[in-house]
Amino acid sequence: MLAQPGIKRARNAVSGVFTSIYDLIISLLDLIFGTTQRIIGVRGMPYVFVLPNLLIFGIFILFPMLLNFVYAFTGGSSFSPFDRPWAGTVNFDRLLACENYLEPRTCGEDLFWRAVYNTIGYVVFQVALMVLLSLITALILNRNIKARGFFRSVFFYPVLLSPIVVALIWKWILQENGLLNGILTGLGYDKIPFLVNAQWARLLVILISVWAFMGFYTLILLAGLQSIPADLYEAAAIDGANPWQSFSKITMPLLMPTMVVVLVLSLIRAVQVFDIVFAFTGGGPGTATLYIVQYIYSYGFSSPNKQFGLAAAASLLMAGALVILTLVQLIARREEN
Amino acid sequence: MNTIVDGLRRTKGRKKLDFTDVLSYGYLALGVIFMFGPIVWLVLSSFKTSGEIVKFPPRLLPYRQETVVVDGYEDPLPLYIIKMDDGATQTLAQVRRIGLEAQMIDPANPGEIIKVNINKRQPVERVYFGLDNYIEGVESFNFGLYLWNSVIVTVFATLLTLLVNSMAAFALSKYKFRGRQTIFIIMISTLMVPLSVVLVPVFLVITNVGWNNNLLGIIVPAAATPTGVFLLRQYMLTIPDELIDAARIDGASEWRIYSQVILPLAKPALAVLTIFSIMWRWNDFLWPLVVLSRSEYFTLQVGLASFQGELNVQWNLILAMTVLTLLPITLVFGFLQRYITTGIATTGMK
Repeated sequence: MLAQPGIKRARNAVSGVFTSIYDLIISLLDLIFGTTQRIIGVRGMPYVFVLPNLLIFGIFILFPMLLNFVYAFTGGSSFSPFDRPWAGTVNFDRLLACENYLEPRTCGEDLFWRAVYNTIGYVVFQVALMVLLSLITALILNRNIKARGFFRSVFFYPVLLSPIVVALIWKWILQENGLLNGILTGLGYDKIPFLVNAQWARLLVILISVWAFMGFYTLILLAGLQSIPADLYEAAAIDGANPWQSFSKITMPLLMPTMVVVLVLSLIRAVQVFDIVFAFTGGGPGTATLYIVQYIYSYGFSSPNKQFGLAAAASLLMAGALVILTLVQLIARREEN
Repeated sequence: MNTIVDGLRRTKGRKKLDFTDVLSYGYLALGVIFMFGPIVWLVLSSFKTSGEIVKFPPRLLPYRQETVVVDGYEDPLPLYIIKMDDGATQTLAQVRRIGLEAQMIDPANPGEIIKVNINKRQPVERVYFGLDNYIEGVESFNFGLYLWNSVIVTVFATLLTLLVNSMAAFALSKYKFRGRQTIFIIMISTLMVPLSVVLVPVFLVITNVGWNNNLLGIIVPAAATPTGVFLLRQYMLTIPDELIDAARIDGASEWRIYSQVILPLAKPALAVLTIFSIMWRWNDFLWPLVVLSRSEYFTLQVGLASFQGELNVQWNLILAMTVLTLLPITLVFGFLQRYITTGIATTGMK
């Protein structure tokens, strides 16, 4: 108790220091911006305000996007775009040349097609499982549950972890002499080579990314559920609706807009899966968990013979898929309105 | 115990806990095990010795063998419980081991050496949370440097993000000027384009600016987040324009209006963006991985990933460093949990 005034004084002193630093910076910048305003007038000021953001955005996001086209349509191994000979659609032709599209082995760039099929498989199962589990969790949390805040935080916590940390935690649990194999042998089963077997690796990558991301979507769905007015349920109960009817006739239709957002957001993120897998399996065993972004990364950065053109062309194809997904979301949102 | 059961019963205002409630709590309990169990296992494992950590099957808690200091021996000797031939047990200290035979002494009577078959000994152990892994890890992993880099990146990137994004959001929400719509639409349309799509050309730009192997290469490009601009703009649209007009009549410059009228009013949105930005920058991996190739500039995430590659077997150190890496963000979450969850729920962004 005695320490209380001391703490308060210290806190006031600290916040006082911050406030005066802030004021000082503001005043200094006011000199610059005030002078600018006197020269160019009030009407020019919005451009001044947008400029820093626009400059960074233009140099590091927009310009590279345009450059990507240059890489995709040029050949050679040079990193400088000026030394690269025009190649037309050669890079795309190489990526897309295939005798039988269902059989990656027959394709010119078989790794690309393996990555594409792996990604599609991952996206379908990961999104389906994650949205389903998020929905169930949100529905349960939306009930009159004790300690809802605690449970919500528990499900959300993994979202905060970095992909590297997530990968290491699970690698540790799933390694040959890890906790899970310990439990299995304890129950009398044989050890399972989780990280060596291709099927297991694929499945685990899906389960781990569900573990890492589902809390985020649960939160959004829970917010959607809580925005449904309670009197609708009361009215339905008075009219004699059973729980299933009020779920299918009230909850699901009113949750639909949120569901669409969740679905599209998780689809877009799933297509871009990279860092968790990179740290967890490194794309292996073999090419079992090689996904499209890692394909781009390895051709652009880690492979000894870097093929920037091929990487850029592949990334444009992926961007195309993402644009389509985004358009679907925009259209779906418009229809809701 | 009764109060807990009472508390559980009080769901839905009914007297009894019905079937669906049991199912719900069962699901949630399972959820807690699956979501939180791995973290608990990580933390417990991080205290285990390098010998303990490779043991199979693994044990839940970290143990350490008891040792005893005996006169005439320099190092502390490990203690074992020995099952003698007559069925009695005895606690002995091991001096050395030769093949299948261990030479042991009784600490109370160190003169006499007892020879024991190694299969008859059981180590004397106790639960022990030691910081050895943490100390050794910090020394061999260069933790301090990586932490420093991560903190620098997170703090400066967040400050820059807040400044640059709020300025742009102010202009986009409170002024009518030529090109406003165009700028806004271009920014929003890049919301969904991931960094991974433009990896190669961004690396080219960074190289030409001279920022690879420079923390600026991670701090600056990430600052112009379209997400941040969008979030702040939506919030600033709700601030009434009359406040700005009044300030203008009082002779305030546009900068004063931005810094002393708009920013204080936009505090809730700025707080959400601050939290997001800290999360993004602290956990960033792909971008720092591409930009930084010299280890003295590594952030914690890149450092941890390369540490894992170097010392594939030293799990005890890796786990301790993993715990240290997730600690700061966990503390932030502990304190700001409410803001984070409601912030995400209302904006739908990560």
